[in-house]
Amino acid sequence: MLLAYRMPREPSSPRIAVWRKIDRCGAARLGDGLVALPADARTREQFDWLAEEITEGGGSASVWLAAPASDEQERQVAAGMRAARATEYQAIADEASAARDHLGTDRARALRRLRGELHRITRRDFFPPPEREAARAAVESLATPVEQQERA
Amino acid sequence: MKWATRAGVHIDRAACAWLIRRHVDPDATFVFVTDPAAVPADATPFDMRGADLGHHGGDCTFETILRRHDLADPVLWKIAEIVHEADLDDERFDAPEAPGLDVILRGLSMICDDDRVLELTAPLFDGLYEYHRRALLLDRPPA
Repeated sequence: MLLAYRMPREPSSPRIAVWRKIDRCGAARLGDGLVALPADARTREQFDWLAEEITEGGGSASVWLAAPASDEQERQVAAGMRAARATEYQAIADEASAARDHLGTDRARALRRLRGELHRITRRDFFPPPEREAARAAVESLATPVEQQERA
Repeated sequence: MKWATRAGVHIDRAACAWLIRRHVDPDATFVFVTDPAAVPADATPFDMRGADLGHHGGDCTFETILRRHDLADPVLWKIAEIVHEADLDDERFDAPEAPGLDVILRGLSMICDDDRVLELTAPLFDGLYEYHRRALLLDRPPA
């Protein structure tokens, strides 16, 4: 599914808001003003409302159900999306291992924050990379108290 | 009055249908369309692209209906926060109920049609309303 859009350069705040929302939903940027997501009920709704917001912000937008002309193109888009998520998961795993030595409330706070981050990334992850499981395991290991880890 | 929305209702549309029936139009009937062009001439569209009762300025449709109909009931605005987060998940509000509600609605839409979803979710929103009404009066979570 494609969202083709154009927005005026000024005012910049609606344009930036749209830019952030596109990032947040994990869409692949195929070109200037052209982004893609796999089609399902949720993503359809995301693009429809984004299109509405763009129109309200003085731009123009259209939503397309499209098929790539070759499997290779589709694979490339999916690989790009998978790689983008992999980087995000890796950052979470790194932060989780950095928090491994934390105790008490610091540890609990890190766990809560990283679980939230993980949730947000998983939401926009359509082609899960292996890094997902590693990140999840690293974050959840923070839920085990330090003493138990040492005994294990 | 007749109201129209997109078929395959999810949290925002189910909550709006409940809101319309309870607080805007007790005799409301709902039609579900797959194409905006299929909205009957005598129906008020909601939660569809191009409809006035839709997403505006970061609000979901439930919030838009509250604004358009001057509904200031704080309990409804509390429910609006939950619906907003369940629908948009943009962390504007702290609504821990939202992810659960999102899953329940997605699951229901997999096993029943839109009329049945509205039928099943009406008591759910009634209960949510009563819970938050009591919470507001007590100023703490009711037991």
